[in-house]
Amino acid sequence: MVAIRAPKSHRAKRELLKHAPKLVETGKKTLVLHGTKTSAVLNSVLADLFHLKRDNAVKYSKKNENIRPFESGGETSLEFFSLKTDCSLIVYGSHSKKRPNNLVLGRTYDHHIYDLVEVGVENYKSIESYVYDKKLAPKLGSKPFFAFIGEHFESVEELKHLKEVLLDLFKGEVVENLNLAGVDRVFVCTAISPTTVYLMHCALRLKRSGTSIPRMELVEVGPSMDLVVRRHRHPAESLKKEAMKTANHAKKMKNVTKDPVQGKLGKVYIPDQQIAKMALSNDIKGLKRERREAKKNKEHSKKQKTNVE
Amino acid sequence: MAEAAAPPAAAATATNYEVDLGNLMAYDPSHHLPAASSSREELRKECLRKGTELAQAVADALFALPATEDRDGPMVRLPPPTTRLPREKHLPRPKPPTKWEQFAKMKGITKHKKNKREWDEQTQTWKRTYGYDRVNDDKDIPIIEAKATDEPGVDPFAQRREEKKKRVDKQEKNRLENLKKAAKVGALPSHIQLAATALPITGTKADIPKKSRKKDLEDVAGMASSATASGGKFDEKLPGEKPPKNPGKHRQFLPVVEGKGMGNKEKQQNDKILNALLSKSSEDQMDVGRAITMYKVKKEKQRRKDKEKSSSSNKLKPQKKSLKKSSKKKA
Repeated sequence: MVAIRAPKSHRAKRELLKHAPKLVETGKKTLVLHGTKTSAVLNSVLADLFHLKRDNAVKYSKKNENIRPFESGGETSLEFFSLKTDCSLIVYGSHSKKRPNNLVLGRTYDHHIYDLVEVGVENYKSIESYVYDKKLAPKLGSKPFFAFIGEHFESVEELKHLKEVLLDLFKGEVVENLNLAGVDRVFVCTAISPTTVYLMHCALRLKRSGTSIPRMELVEVGPSMDLVVRRHRHPAESLKKEAMKTANHAKKMKNVTKDPVQGKLGKVYIPDQQIAKMALSNDIKGLKRERREAKKNKEHSKKQKTNVE
Repeated sequence: MAEAAAPPAAAATATNYEVDLGNLMAYDPSHHLPAASSSREELRKECLRKGTELAQAVADALFALPATEDRDGPMVRLPPPTTRLPREKHLPRPKPPTKWEQFAKMKGITKHKKNKREWDEQTQTWKRTYGYDRVNDDKDIPIIEAKATDEPGVDPFAQRREEKKKRVDKQEKNRLENLKKAAKVGALPSHIQLAATALPITGTKADIPKKSRKKDLEDVAGMASSATASGGKFDEKLPGEKPPKNPGKHRQFLPVVEGKGMGNKEKQQNDKILNALLSKSSEDQMDVGRAITMYKVKKEKQRRKDKEKSSSSNKLKPQKKSLKKSSKKKA
């Protein structure tokens, strides 16, 4: 037996409808959480990351047991949290002797783990430690610039992956139209070694340059940290192909070609009319003549027979 | 001096930068950090310098885009990003047509809009076509005229209500079927869940066999294991099989030596048998009714015997003659 379970209130229904898959996605929500053990540094890192993304993020403040994203079976609760909060970016902090100040950056597809990058945090400087003119402070939800520096982002597989994850994590809402007055922050990521990325968060100060293009000036506003790549997991090839689909891919124009001479050309297919399935009445107009002739023939043959007799 | 130096530097290196304007990202793949910058402060400055260059590269491309003046500032339309990022969820899947939609398509039935309100002749007012207090509401009919086909003893109002309920139930069932079909292809509306309520039960309660208890099963197993000529003595036992718990009746051997309780039992049993035998001869009470019938039966038997004897003596002679002769003789 199966019962239909639908939300009782309209508000709950609206909330659930927001979780529905969209043709064109606008942005991903971030879930920030930590394991059973953390450090002061990690607490601060997670708080700062949440602060940067707090317009579109959820932070869990309690301990979470049994989360080991890289082990099989250890990702179940993460996937559940992702489903529960409708988040597809996960920032998980844990601290152990083997991996101190560990940060796992993960993405989900359809509430299942898509890929994971594990980094260790070093040389961390929190937002509070920076002193600057508060007028420059980036606004919440503004679209950031990204600056990636260093050849390792191309040559080293891990950093290439990390670059993509960082871009996804911080890029914010997906927009088509951008207000140029709202450009106020930049993430500077430098690959200082094949395993280490120096991440900085800076405010942008637009200065007059005499032309229409302003001169950029960077003011560090924090946080800044070194991310040392530890473990990482790529998505499966089939899953990647599935996840990279876009609305344009799905809506392929069929049977339309463009010809330089004739212009736009279309092929029209007429579906099978299924005449055999059509319901027929007894007196179809199209068969009138045939019926008449058949009748005539019958009478004719009868007459002939009588004549013979 | 810095201002003078910046534009030519940007122009020179712009070709080396990869700028993805859709993500507002710039990447310098050719940069080598000077090995000398060992101190943190130097590294920071170097990164900031390079970062400024890259931000400038993004800004150059961004501010060159055609902008439309808005109330809040100049707006530009961003090109699609070149760095492709994965989706969060799958593409929305098309909902499969319901059974009615399939049927309607086959028959060429098209949906047309109905008015929300209609004129109600009975009350002479405009009423909604649905819900409470609607036009032609079944519940509002005060009188149902009797027909010739009506069965006596049936409440037409109750019948109407029941029919309506049946229709509603049927619709709910159809809805569930359509949702199940949608769930199969993963196109269930996100606010609806299909939850299992109970295991499927077919038939009525009487059809379900009673759950056999452990003892019943053990009894049956014991009987089956001892259902051979040797009483299951030479059968091979399965690994883990226990001896049957109910192997049947045993003969009870009573103690030969006399004593109390069990020791006394054999004497009692023998006494019982002896008494029964002795009482049969001693206490032969007279049943008068039975005696009379016995006497009568005896007498009857005797008479029949005598008759047979007399008839057997005349057997050799023919009957008619004998009768005459015998009568003569007797006379």
